[in-house]
Amino acid sequence: MMTMQQIKFVIILFVSLCFSQKIVAQFDIPEIPKEQTSVYDYMSLLSPSEKSSLEQKLIKYSDTTSTQIVVVIIPTSKGENIGLLSAKWAHEWGIGQAKEDNGVFILLARDDRKIWISPGYGVEHKLTAGIVGELTRNVIIPEFKKDDYYSGLDKGTDAIFEVLMGEYQGTRRSSKDSGFPFGLIFFLFIIFIFILISISKNRRGGKGGPGSNSGGGFSILDAIILSNMGRGSYGGSSGGFGSSSGGGFSGGGFGGGFGGGGFSGGGAGGSW
Amino acid sequence: MKKWLIPVIILAVLGFGIYNWAVGFNNTAVTLNENVGEAWGNVQTSYQRRNDLIGNLVNTVKGAADFERSTLEAVIKARSEATKTTIDPSNITPEQLAQFNQAQGGLSSALSRLLVTVERYPDLKANQNFLKLQDELTSTENTIQTARTRYNEAIKPFNTHVKTFPNSILAGIFNFEAKPYFDAEAGAEKPVDVEFDFN
Repeated sequence: MMTMQQIKFVIILFVSLCFSQKIVAQFDIPEIPKEQTSVYDYMSLLSPSEKSSLEQKLIKYSDTTSTQIVVVIIPTSKGENIGLLSAKWAHEWGIGQAKEDNGVFILLARDDRKIWISPGYGVEHKLTAGIVGELTRNVIIPEFKKDDYYSGLDKGTDAIFEVLMGEYQGTRRSSKDSGFPFGLIFFLFIIFIFILISISKNRRGGKGGPGSNSGGGFSILDAIILSNMGRGSYGGSSGGFGSSSGGGFSGGGFGGGFGGGGFSGGGAGGSW
Repeated sequence: MKKWLIPVIILAVLGFGIYNWAVGFNNTAVTLNENVGEAWGNVQTSYQRRNDLIGNLVNTVKGAADFERSTLEAVIKARSEATKTTIDPSNITPEQLAQFNQAQGGLSSALSRLLVTVERYPDLKANQNFLKLQDELTSTENTIQTARTRYNEAIKPFNTHVKTFPNSILAGIFNFEAKPYFDAEAGAEKPVDVEFDFN
């Protein structure tokens, strides 16, 4: 027979075993936000003005270089390895352009006193783990030790700009007119052909007298069908990426949203 | 209407249906297999990167005065062991994968012993080159972990496709075998915890 204490011990052991399995990997990565911008402060660590100035700086950087740098601030990674979490998060959100993979993800877990920087595939050769680690140790951590999170992030991102200098060029992509308007050109081309045909028909019709009537009626129907076709394909070509934020100026995040860049899982960081 | 026409039409329709099914199965399996191959490539690249880094690490540590010989030699030996074990990506068997896993796991534990020993050498810990190497190693460990996870993720749809019932008949005919998952590394539930304090 087990004594009461032994039973208690077994129960506690059992329960703690159950939980110890679950404690690992419990952080749920939030879904991709509708408003895709550069700073997500999930614990209001930065003041509104600090947040917006950092945000604007990174959006402008993305406008000129197409490189998307995203800063996320959370209280804790809930025991998960911050390096793995950071890369996974960035990969899920698809930061950076899909083709260039030029995203940089900065994850700050304040209560864990840890920061991690994950570069996308396309910037890994510049932002190597050694360089990022050095940058974290020498630029970011000293500010964080003074509890000045804004200037740590501000100086840190400036240092990243410097490392990446001249790597990628970009123009602001807006979701409305992305790329060459093939649909529109096709539409105009069809109209042009239609006009040519109707002109030639009219000429023939002129010779034939009343016969021109039927030609005219047909071509109006033609025009409607063709114009519908044209509109359809135009809509299709523009519907691609920009699920978010068409407006350029209202501080509305990255033009065209996150581009779908990939992350290998590499990166570096530090704690203070 | 001739009597023999009806069975012929039925047979033709059936034959066409089976043909379509087989083609669909095969093409999906090939695509999924490609994804697995790509994911495996990333696993190998990241392990290769770690091997290179360990080479650099060994050289840096050697420079430190009177560094423990035995620890260093264990790492060098495990490294050459791990380099020897390679896998043909188009034909990954469970045995090969287990062997690969064991070799890399041996290297991981030798490496973690080395890094624990380093704690006793303050000169080394203050060395900028060494710090950078540590960053690179940590990064590579994370890359390995990510690549392994993605490899397992890539295998899942392939195995499901090949193993579920009507498809499993075709899988036998076309010779598609279910692929083994990556288990935790031998000797350690997770790769070396290359945790450093940065103070």
